[in-house]
Amino acid sequence: MTESPDGTERRSPLDGVHVAAGASFTDFAGWRMPVRYSSELAEHHAVRTAAGLFDLSHMAEIVVIGPEAAAALDYALAGRLSALVDGQAKYSLLLAEDGGTIDDVVVYRTGSDRFLVVANAGNRGPAAEALRDRAAGFDCVVEDESDDVALIALQGPRAEEILRGVDGFDIPELDGLRYYRATTGDFRGHEVLVARTGYTGEDGFEFYLAPEAATSLWEAIAETGAGSGLVPAGLAARDTLRLEAGMPLYGNELTRSTQPAQLGLGRVVVLDKDGGFVGREAVAAGPADDAPVLVGLASEGRRAGRTGYPVVADADGTEAVGAVTSGALSPTLGHPIAMALVRPDLAAPGTSLYIDVRGTRLAATVVPLPFYSRKKS
Amino acid sequence: MALPENLAYTAEHEWVAVDGDVARIGITDYAADKLGDVVFVELPAIGSTAAAGRVVGEIESTKSVGELYAPVDGEVVEVNEELVADPSLVNSDPYGAGWMIAVRFTELPTLLTADEYAALTAE
Repeated sequence: MTESPDGTERRSPLDGVHVAAGASFTDFAGWRMPVRYSSELAEHHAVRTAAGLFDLSHMAEIVVIGPEAAAALDYALAGRLSALVDGQAKYSLLLAEDGGTIDDVVVYRTGSDRFLVVANAGNRGPAAEALRDRAAGFDCVVEDESDDVALIALQGPRAEEILRGVDGFDIPELDGLRYYRATTGDFRGHEVLVARTGYTGEDGFEFYLAPEAATSLWEAIAETGAGSGLVPAGLAARDTLRLEAGMPLYGNELTRSTQPAQLGLGRVVVLDKDGGFVGREAVAAGPADDAPVLVGLASEGRRAGRTGYPVVADADGTEAVGAVTSGALSPTLGHPIAMALVRPDLAAPGTSLYIDVRGTRLAATVVPLPFYSRKKS
Repeated sequence: MALPENLAYTAEHEWVAVDGDVARIGITDYAADKLGDVVFVELPAIGSTAAAGRVVGEIESTKSVGELYAPVDGEVVEVNEELVADPSLVNSDPYGAGWMIAVRFTELPTLLTADEYAALTAE
């Protein structure tokens, strides 16, 4: 992708489209990305009720290719990626030796000896480096192809209907393409990896393609979906959508110092893999008994707890028993929600806690995650 | 971005409409746009004292929290209850229905003109 003249801010291949659409921008991991186009609430609601179009070209795409690519990923990541069939995707974790998380990733098997690992923009360097180091003893190569890949997401209940109407987008195996599966499509001569994945809690698709084809695909989808309620959606809406869906965000919930079990991500870890994996000993031992665990918090009113706000056990208490990792007034539910890491003895659903909102105590009840689940048809 | 010429402005991205000894106060379109969709506004009680430069209210959007500073010393004589009920008025009509409080002041400090404020927010 291109860098701005001062070399500090990277721009998406879709930057011109966003400028033309009047987007407000934010710096995200060194990238100038749209935070909203007009109203993040309208964009959020559009994704829940119709569809939204996201530019995620800042995400990192790292490919692992070779006869031992599957074995290398089994060793490098917490899950059993060798069990994926061609065209299948899986959420996984790149752990450090001490069991902390270097990044969370989505892995697509795109061939018998080929995988695509999608990492967070802010973790591109550490993720690529860790994968390269860990794959060194295996017969495979690790290539960071982020600069040659654009990523567009179409998310929402009307996503499939819109996708089917895009002129010149041929996806032979779209029929029967299930959630967390991917297939190959052709958009006006450009190969596109079409994945039924996302980060919004809705049905939807993600399209990986060459940067030079990104603008024409974006415009074709936008034009097709305009009559169906599709709007471009920025990172602000993406964040409230994923929060409602209870999905962790690296840097907020997931960090170098949190273990998967603390976040309820034990299911992502496969301890009994042949050959082990990096971080196995630490996650097998588990976090300390008093290590904080992730909970959902629901409140009344309109004032929300924010990242870093202390959680206290009593209305007049001052001792922090945890901290908010992400919080917002839920656009869909209409009340404040937060994810927080709290003392394990206070994590049972129904527990009454308080969030210290700049000196005011906001009553909050521990609730199961996610806050929002789409109705599956 | 719209910037009414008949208003005065502050470096805290607020506008001030002076009528006699009462200053009506709101935040600028620029500030509203930076905040994003405003979902919660907390305003002071009528009769409370405002001190120039001090926080008198809070403005929360989905993404962030902003503070309302009193641009003048005085007494709060009006608060916009309609705004408390519908905080989105800040975004839809920041210089009109999105006004926040009115303060009866004793002395008016030096405020920015529309041109001066425009220069402040020029990128």
